[in-house]
Amino acid sequence: MSPARQDYVRPIDFKRGLVDMSHGSGGRAMAQLVEELFLRAFDNPWLREMNDQARVPAPGGRLVVATDSHVVSPLFFPGGDIGSLSVHGTVNDVAMAGARPLYLSCGFILEEGFPLADLKRIVESMAAAATEADVSIVTGDTKVVEKGKGDGVFINTTGVGVVAEGVEVSGDRARPGDAILVSGTMGDHGVAIMSLRENLGFETAICSDTAALHTLVAAIVDAVPAVHCLRDPTRGGLATTLNEIARQSRRGMRLREPAIPVRPEVAAACEFLGLDPLYVANEGKLVAICAREDAERLLAAMRAHPQGRDAAIVGEVVEDAHHFVQMQTALGGSRMVDWLAGEQLPRIC
Amino acid sequence: MKYVDEFRDGALAKSIAARIVRAAAAGRRYHFMEFCGGHTHAMSRYGLTDLLPRNVVMVHGPGCPVCVLPVGRIDMAIELARRAGVVLCTYADCVRVPASEGLSLMKAKAQGADIRMVYSAADALRIAQEEPRREVVFFAIGFETTTPPTALVVKRAAELGMANFSVFCNHVLTPSAIAHILESPEVRELGSVAIDGFVGPAHVSTVIGSQPYEYFAEEYRKPVVIAGFEPLDVLQAVEMLVCQVNEGRAEVENEFSRAVSREGNARAKALVAEVFELRRVFEWRGLGKVPYSALKLKERWAQFDAERRFGMSERSVPDHKACECGAILRGVKRPADCRVFGTACTPATPMGSCMVSSEGACAAHYTYGRYRSAA
Repeated sequence: MSPARQDYVRPIDFKRGLVDMSHGSGGRAMAQLVEELFLRAFDNPWLREMNDQARVPAPGGRLVVATDSHVVSPLFFPGGDIGSLSVHGTVNDVAMAGARPLYLSCGFILEEGFPLADLKRIVESMAAAATEADVSIVTGDTKVVEKGKGDGVFINTTGVGVVAEGVEVSGDRARPGDAILVSGTMGDHGVAIMSLRENLGFETAICSDTAALHTLVAAIVDAVPAVHCLRDPTRGGLATTLNEIARQSRRGMRLREPAIPVRPEVAAACEFLGLDPLYVANEGKLVAICAREDAERLLAAMRAHPQGRDAAIVGEVVEDAHHFVQMQTALGGSRMVDWLAGEQLPRIC
Repeated sequence: MKYVDEFRDGALAKSIAARIVRAAAAGRRYHFMEFCGGHTHAMSRYGLTDLLPRNVVMVHGPGCPVCVLPVGRIDMAIELARRAGVVLCTYADCVRVPASEGLSLMKAKAQGADIRMVYSAADALRIAQEEPRREVVFFAIGFETTTPPTALVVKRAAELGMANFSVFCNHVLTPSAIAHILESPEVRELGSVAIDGFVGPAHVSTVIGSQPYEYFAEEYRKPVVIAGFEPLDVLQAVEMLVCQVNEGRAEVENEFSRAVSREGNARAKALVAEVFELRRVFEWRGLGKVPYSALKLKERWAQFDAERRFGMSERSVPDHKACECGAILRGVKRPADCRVFGTACTPATPMGSCMVSSEGACAAHYTYGRYRSAA
């Protein structure tokens, strides 16, 4: 009889180990990964039940559900990583209904050969982001694909939240005369990501703005419960988000270019890459649209919040049968701010 | 942003615009062609036409390197990219240009051709070094601005003794295109295109200098003002052109003196002369076959010439029947005059090259200005 303990399982080597096909097979290796990594990092009573589904308390009010898949490259960037991004992205999508985010699910698609050390770093970053956003990751799934069939890690998260009665935030509620506000500088996330692309070869101190915005949303809803629209200008940037809202609301918009906050470093990077900061992604900013008479109150509430220090009123909603977003340029002319055609950048969120 | 914001100053723009309004005599119209797509883009992006009086009309020129590439040359590039073992490296603007049979480089890529987007000719050379078993071809396009970097990589490839790198050369020449427009029947005989002067190229002129335009000013009596790509540059150039017309002058003036000299960049010109020679004739989209308007590699560098290396044959393919890119590139028509503009042809589904590049007249008008014609 060997002196070895019968129930001993060698711990996963999170220093040098790699993801292999067994980690997604449903067998012991997968169970061990779930236990030693995910359960430990995300720990909460619902996840601890270890069922294939989570049974969670249903609070009063209307439920808000959103899902988002994250395929960012590179996986680690100044200001965040795919883990924090996958929490912030979905928490923000839920929050933009004026809601309080409560629970998240997460689905991992891992590529064979991916370093477990990196996976651990990502999972711990997700856990920290979830704690900070006051949401629980209550259920999850892991799949492994063969080497060459993924790109390290893909993460899907689905969020559930609850919105109070009387709060009616929706992209189709912009009305002529409404004020358009942004919560801060545009384009930080996209430029931070681009700075790491090997073939671009420029260095910058710009950090991604990735952040959960639910407390800012709570402050907004508190100050102006009748706020009409909230949306986070992620892929496609401010320009795309405003065009989406213009189409949903069947209105046009007029922006004032000098009023739109853009960091000088971001403007400079966009300048030599030939990009327009209005089309560059953000991960920690929002657009708010409210009645003109509420605008100053909303602006004050946003500026009083740390995530809204640079908030500004950037334009107004107008009647326009074509649903065009137009802008008064800094030079005094006017132009359209159109939908993004094609792709400005590959995969940034 | 230092050295940029100064050239985008709204108050200064208003004062120049006011001077243009005062200078532009009522009762006559001024038509100026901005040759470069860079100027077209700056005018659209900053809404400059709103600042100009109605009797100062800007005509878009053919100076968009992607736009002037004919379908045949794109077809040739696709054919090359589909050969086994070939990696075709291209500037990203080219990948969506429509080719024959509903193809484009992007679609050929999706079908399996190894086409990679690069930011510079040097990136293509680096790929060739990293992948010595592949035949790496750089799809070289552009006016005089992008020609010296291509010359440089050809020389570098020779120094390194590289056997797997070549260039599919499509470099074209600005002065030939301007001469061709001035010689065209629409300008000379029919008078259907009025051109009172040119806003001269910015970046191209940093290489070739202001001297090559002196011939046009003198021979055709057309003023040329070389201008930078910032909005104030363009406004200033328009003011200078209006003054020249008013005073009956036809001279080359240099608004972009912070970057352009009369002689240009001697080293870049020498480099280009060492590697390239004139083609007898080259087909342009819109302008047709223009004599001595493009470059090819000299015999000495033949092994780096993809056309010789792969035995590629020239072909001439007409544009789509409904597409007016040709007339738009010659200044004969405006984007909104085209029947398919904004309907079948949009930046998402371009039918013609002018809708592809952000410097193209149609893409600029669609993206920034179509609300003007939508009323």
